[in-house]
Amino acid sequence: MKARVTVTLKNGILDPQGKAIEGALKSLGVDGIASVRQGKVFDIELPGADKAKAEAALKDAADKLLANTVIENYRVEVLS
Amino acid sequence: MKSAVLVFPGINRERDMARTLKLVSGHEPAMVWHAETALPKGTDLVVLPGGFSYGDYLRCGAIAARSPVMDAVRKFAADGGLVLGVCNGFQILCESGLLPGILMRNARLKFICHDVHLRVERSDTPFTRGYNAGQVIRVPVAHGEGNYAADAETIKRLDGDGRVLYRYCSASGEVGDTHNINGAAQSIAGIVNERGNVLGMMPHPENHVEDIMGCTDGRGLFAGLAAHLERAA
Repeated sequence: MKARVTVTLKNGILDPQGKAIEGALKSLGVDGIASVRQGKVFDIELPGADKAKAEAALKDAADKLLANTVIENYRVEVLS
Repeated sequence: MKSAVLVFPGINRERDMARTLKLVSGHEPAMVWHAETALPKGTDLVVLPGGFSYGDYLRCGAIAARSPVMDAVRKFAADGGLVLGVCNGFQILCESGLLPGILMRNARLKFICHDVHLRVERSDTPFTRGYNAGQVIRVPVAHGEGNYAADAETIKRLDGDGRVLYRYCSASGEVGDTHNINGAAQSIAGIVNERGNVLGMMPHPENHVEDIMGCTDGRGLFAGLAAHLERAA
């Protein structure tokens, strides 16, 4: 089974890296971008076919390590 | 003083720290590998040094905070043992839940490596008793992620409960945006936990302890700890 965990900064948390990327896009002349926030994507493979079990394991992984919930939110998706 | 310096893969300030502990207290610290599940018997101070544990992968300190030795450190702290985390050590303490909040990327994105001034906010703690309240000390920093952040309620509590022990300031002790090198909330350079036995700080007091270093302002922190522990013993 393939899954994806996406970790993003919570609203209101300053993201200087996102801001720098935003500035770089502007200086490259890429138009129509209002703002950029940087996050992380984890592509994860799991054995077995039990979707509920996979989701529970991914949530556990995100809570324990992948995200710091002081500043980050995460989303778990089982892809196939 | 029977100190233990934790060694994580990618840490690079552990020898500076061990040298300072020996110099100031007269006792050689134990070097404790991250895979250990117990601290040496009789340990009365645990130190998490600076560096780049696990190459700062994922988030600074995140992986080291989950290593086996940290369970022993959590238990040691819960029993009232003194824990000092410097730089990456501070980041590890935040990631391990021993201190609140997190160290974010410096507000102006640059890695900062120079001397800074710190105002010692109070002197009645084991981590500051070598100084006077309000004293300004000069110590180096070397970090890219030292921008302390936490939710507004936590910051308010840290401030109100006197748990901010060190703040970035000018040479004459003024605190403000111009002297806040990395954008940290309330110019925070070092905080303690609720019980007051775990300190995390971004600057490196261990690098200003001998005349040959050009400054000995960092010595007070270690001398204070040694005096506190000798008194307790």
